[in-house]
Amino acid sequence: MADPDNKKLSPEFLDALKDMVPALLEQVQHENMDEAVAILAKLQQARTEHYAGTTFADLLKEKAAELHQRIEAGETESALETLQELQDARDRGLYQEVGRLTRALHSAITNFHIDAKPGEGVQELSEMSEATDRLGYVVTLTEKAANTTLDLVEESMPVAGAMKEESARLKSEWKRLVDRDMSAEEFRSLYWHLDGFFTLLNDQSETLYNNLSSILLAQDFQDLTGQVINKVTSLVKEVEASLVDLVFMASQVDEITGIVREGPEVAAEGVAEVSDKGEGPQINANAEGVVSSQDDVDDLLSSLGF
Amino acid sequence: MKILVVDDFSTMRRIVKNLLRDLGFSNTHEADDGSSAWPMLQSSDFDFVVTDWNMPGMTGIELLKKIRSDERLKSIPVLMVTAEAKRDQIVAAAQAGVNGYVVKPFTAAALKEKIDKIFERVDG
Repeated sequence: MADPDNKKLSPEFLDALKDMVPALLEQVQHENMDEAVAILAKLQQARTEHYAGTTFADLLKEKAAELHQRIEAGETESALETLQELQDARDRGLYQEVGRLTRALHSAITNFHIDAKPGEGVQELSEMSEATDRLGYVVTLTEKAANTTLDLVEESMPVAGAMKEESARLKSEWKRLVDRDMSAEEFRSLYWHLDGFFTLLNDQSETLYNNLSSILLAQDFQDLTGQVINKVTSLVKEVEASLVDLVFMASQVDEITGIVREGPEVAAEGVAEVSDKGEGPQINANAEGVVSSQDDVDDLLSSLGF
Repeated sequence: MKILVVDDFSTMRRIVKNLLRDLGFSNTHEADDGSSAWPMLQSSDFDFVVTDWNMPGMTGIELLKKIRSDERLKSIPVLMVTAEAKRDQIVAAAQAGVNGYVVKPFTAAALKEKIDKIFERVDG
């Protein structure tokens, strides 16, 4: 007798059926029940694989018709079996999707590596595996660069100040020479003063030049921190996309199972209380309620009577 | 003139200290948030406070409110130098009694102008 379900079964399952049934019969004949059960389990697995490729919606249509048929025919027991199959398929879909998303998230996090340039920094970079560590690295690098720059600036300012002071002093002496208001004694003193000043100028301008080029080099953090931040940004995007998938999948499950959820309550509108905690820098100066410059701050304060 | 600079980032404290020194104020002290600034303010006689808003522990606005409600400290001028740039926050700082508000990133000229203005008003 032809199985009415045959049309819907996969050729792979039918092949497995033809393949395994003689072996099953043989094992049963020899009363090797463990082997027989193992073959049955394989058959069951081959049968359920048939559903893996079809969507739950297709399966629902297919099984609903079957369920209807069986109830009409008064076959309560097989109708319940059909229901159970549906239930199983639904759970399987859910688990598969959750599993897939978990794997995607896991690999997104573990694949989060940065391509460090050979040489400097490789050791430090290879020891870090967490996004938070990487952001901590950004903080460390930028702080180091800021401190290096500040050190050099603090070192340079007195140098420039001394040059300015010394040149002002010499200029007033030089003016007296131009005005011919200087004794021969004073001129000799100015002569050696100028000589010393040129030596000083040579040394100190070299110090300034070197400090400026060190400040220039201290900006190399931008390359590394830029890479790290781009990586973290793409990780966040990947995680967000996966979460969107998860939400979408959950909504499909809800749709299938007929669960109705109430949306989150919309936050009450009104003037938000100003938090003492602070909100950090405003990235978009054109956003509502954000001042775009110091002039805006001054205007606002003067409108308040400041 | 004894000045307390309150900011959780040491680099920002250094920048503010350098700018203040250029303006002729070299007696500057540092604190990394309101909680560490408070005992310093109480045990010493500061003439001026420059503070950030967003800091761990006690924030700048909390420090400002605390200063204004303290009998001995309430008239110390406080300048806020902060990245907080929402109109509501600036209004809140004004209501809490701030003497000046500079938004980061700022220029040396902007800082100088605010400080001059504060002392003009205090002296006058």
